[in-house]
Amino acid sequence: MAFKPIANTRSATGVSTGKLALYWLLCSEIVIFGGVLAGYLMHRLAHPEWAYQSMHTNTLAGGINTFVLLTSSLFAVLAHDAAEMKDGKKAAQWLLATVAGGGVFLCIKAVEWSNEIAHGYTITSSVFWSFYYTAAGVHASHVIGGCIVMLFIAKDAWQGKELHRVEFIGLYWHFVDIVWIFLFPLLYIAK
Amino acid sequence: MSADHADHAHHHHEPTFIEKYIFPTDHKFIATQYLVTGLLMALIGGFFAYAFRVQLAWPGTDIPVFGHMSPAEYNAAITNHGSIMIFWVAMPVLIAAFGNFLIPLMVGADDMAFPRLNRLSYQVFLVSAIMIIVSLFVPGGGFGGAWTAYPPLSAEATYNLTPYGSSLWLAAVAVEFVAFLIGGINFIVTAMNARAPGMKWDYVPMVVWMICIASILFMASVGPLVAGAVMLFFDQTLNTGFYDPSRGGDPILWQHLFWFFGHPEVYVVLLPATGMVAEVITVFSRKKLFGYQLILFTAIGTGVLSFFVWAHHQFIAGIDPRMANLFTITTVLISIPIAEMLFLYIATLYKGSIEYTTPMLWALGFIFCFLIGGVTGIPLGASGSDIYLHDSYFVIAHFHYTFFPIAFIGSFTGITYWFPKWFGRMMNETIGKIHFWITFIAFNGIFLPLFVLGLAGQHRRIYNYEHFPDLSTPDLQMLRVMATTSLLILLAAQVLFIFNFFWSMWFGEKASANPWKANTLEWTVPSPPPHGNFSEFPTVYRGPYEYSAPGRDTDFWPQHEPS
Repeated sequence: MAFKPIANTRSATGVSTGKLALYWLLCSEIVIFGGVLAGYLMHRLAHPEWAYQSMHTNTLAGGINTFVLLTSSLFAVLAHDAAEMKDGKKAAQWLLATVAGGGVFLCIKAVEWSNEIAHGYTITSSVFWSFYYTAAGVHASHVIGGCIVMLFIAKDAWQGKELHRVEFIGLYWHFVDIVWIFLFPLLYIAK
Repeated sequence: MSADHADHAHHHHEPTFIEKYIFPTDHKFIATQYLVTGLLMALIGGFFAYAFRVQLAWPGTDIPVFGHMSPAEYNAAITNHGSIMIFWVAMPVLIAAFGNFLIPLMVGADDMAFPRLNRLSYQVFLVSAIMIIVSLFVPGGGFGGAWTAYPPLSAEATYNLTPYGSSLWLAAVAVEFVAFLIGGINFIVTAMNARAPGMKWDYVPMVVWMICIASILFMASVGPLVAGAVMLFFDQTLNTGFYDPSRGGDPILWQHLFWFFGHPEVYVVLLPATGMVAEVITVFSRKKLFGYQLILFTAIGTGVLSFFVWAHHQFIAGIDPRMANLFTITTVLISIPIAEMLFLYIATLYKGSIEYTTPMLWALGFIFCFLIGGVTGIPLGASGSDIYLHDSYFVIAHFHYTFFPIAFIGSFTGITYWFPKWFGRMMNETIGKIHFWITFIAFNGIFLPLFVLGLAGQHRRIYNYEHFPDLSTPDLQMLRVMATTSLLILLAAQVLFIFNFFWSMWFGEKASANPWKANTLEWTVPSPPPHGNFSEFPTVYRGPYEYSAPGRDTDFWPQHEPS
């Protein structure tokens, strides 16, 4: 939209208004995931027997997903790089590649979960599995949300509009990535 | 709207009917929406208080308008009274309404940094308000597990008997959090980035600082509870066992997540109220705010400390006694910055030329009542005395001596002070003062007896004390009747406020741009401010509290006037 209030265009701190808002958004997200992970860690330390549950998680699938998500973050950086060069079309293409990475991540996750549910490990099986599905599910919802927003930004970037937003969604995507870097060892590797 | 403003407004696009009249993006209109919604919700919260207090004073009576109250209805009434007053009255009025109205005007901007996000935050908030109202009418009735919603009572429908009410209550609270996260980001970014040229950090009016610190506290503390609410929601609906000890879960986890938010939340609503009180006392004592930077540091110190005190709510929940000692120390420590802040306010008043206008009376009433609230918190923060006082009416009295000054005395301070700017007309001072004195005396009449009842051992969340021979003695019952009678007087006095509010809005004396002779930027624009606020954007040359500066003809020195 063309209309912007003066308040939006000022920058008393030197940081652009959009980026500042994004940083605060990430702060609020950090404490949300922090709550889930702190709750999980307290329980996990108090219940060594959860290792018998976590041994049934699929480390290979989780590992591949880590690789997929990290690669998609690289694409987000390349999109930002293209946007810096004012090449909106290239930025849009890299953003689509990032969305594709998110899509592959979600597909692998879907296969993995279907498999686990088929073997009887559902969200109500034990508190470990409740945490497993809740933490990864909240994370996956961020992947889905990020992909949707990225598609809108890619559409604008293709037309050469709002190119600064490419960087913002990239920062958000790195955050989603970092959350997974915490979830992967805690839910899959710790056995 | 002046001609030069029209020049300024030429780049504004033409709004559609809905954008203009139902959901506009103008920060002042959104502020009014939050204010009106919050005050309407206060009527619901007040109605619940009326109903359960009548039940306590005259058990089993046929309550006028409400009818006979069952134990389940009693539980739902106290739960929703607490939830509504905190989440749907104090937060929207103190943070959202005043944050929206004041931040852009006080920092010299035309609107919030993200006007459409601002509108979205109100819409999300409105949805949450509708959800909490609907939750009162679903089969099984409203949730009755207290505003703290401890599991397993809140998690198991077989215990709480409100299968729909409890889930809807939880969802409504979570949606309200989302609204305030969106709104809070907007407030912080606007105050950080949209400040007028020349407005350094220590030229920012105190109330703007306080609303921003409150928003940051909210943002940093609510996350774990959002996570906890998702887990509780799954426990309720998917039958997971996060909080069920028989399945390896832990109900204490919820208490930690809840109070990690719940205690900073006290300061989330307190700080905006103290900010408004700071504005008012400095204007009506015609004296510079004493120790601007120190007040700011005490607010930040309180904010940081408030993250390390939460377990003082859990002293008798079976936590490790060594941990209780630690939390006793942090809890008693937090009274230092808050006491310091109040001392600085009193120092501001000292030797000032005090004018007892209605807003000033409210501000002084705030300091008086909140001091009682703070001092009675110390025996609750010390784990030894808390073991006796926990879950007694002493806690209720202490809590309301902090919260009533915040949510109502603070709001009335702000409303009576900024009403001329907001609606362009003065409020009636005589009615305002009568309203103040009745409310103030009646408030003390409600909660002073509750301290005594609490010390006598009266446990909270009891439907009918006739079932407890030790507590149903005539002298204790007389105190209950006294509290309820005071409440009825307090509620009746609010008719004066409602009348004054609406009568003044249409028939009050027209307000000039700066009726209180104040310095901050909102008083430089017409009352009410036009769309876009400033016809010419101001530059700031000095701090907001330059009153009675030596060598000047007038006793105030607006921030935007070049020296």
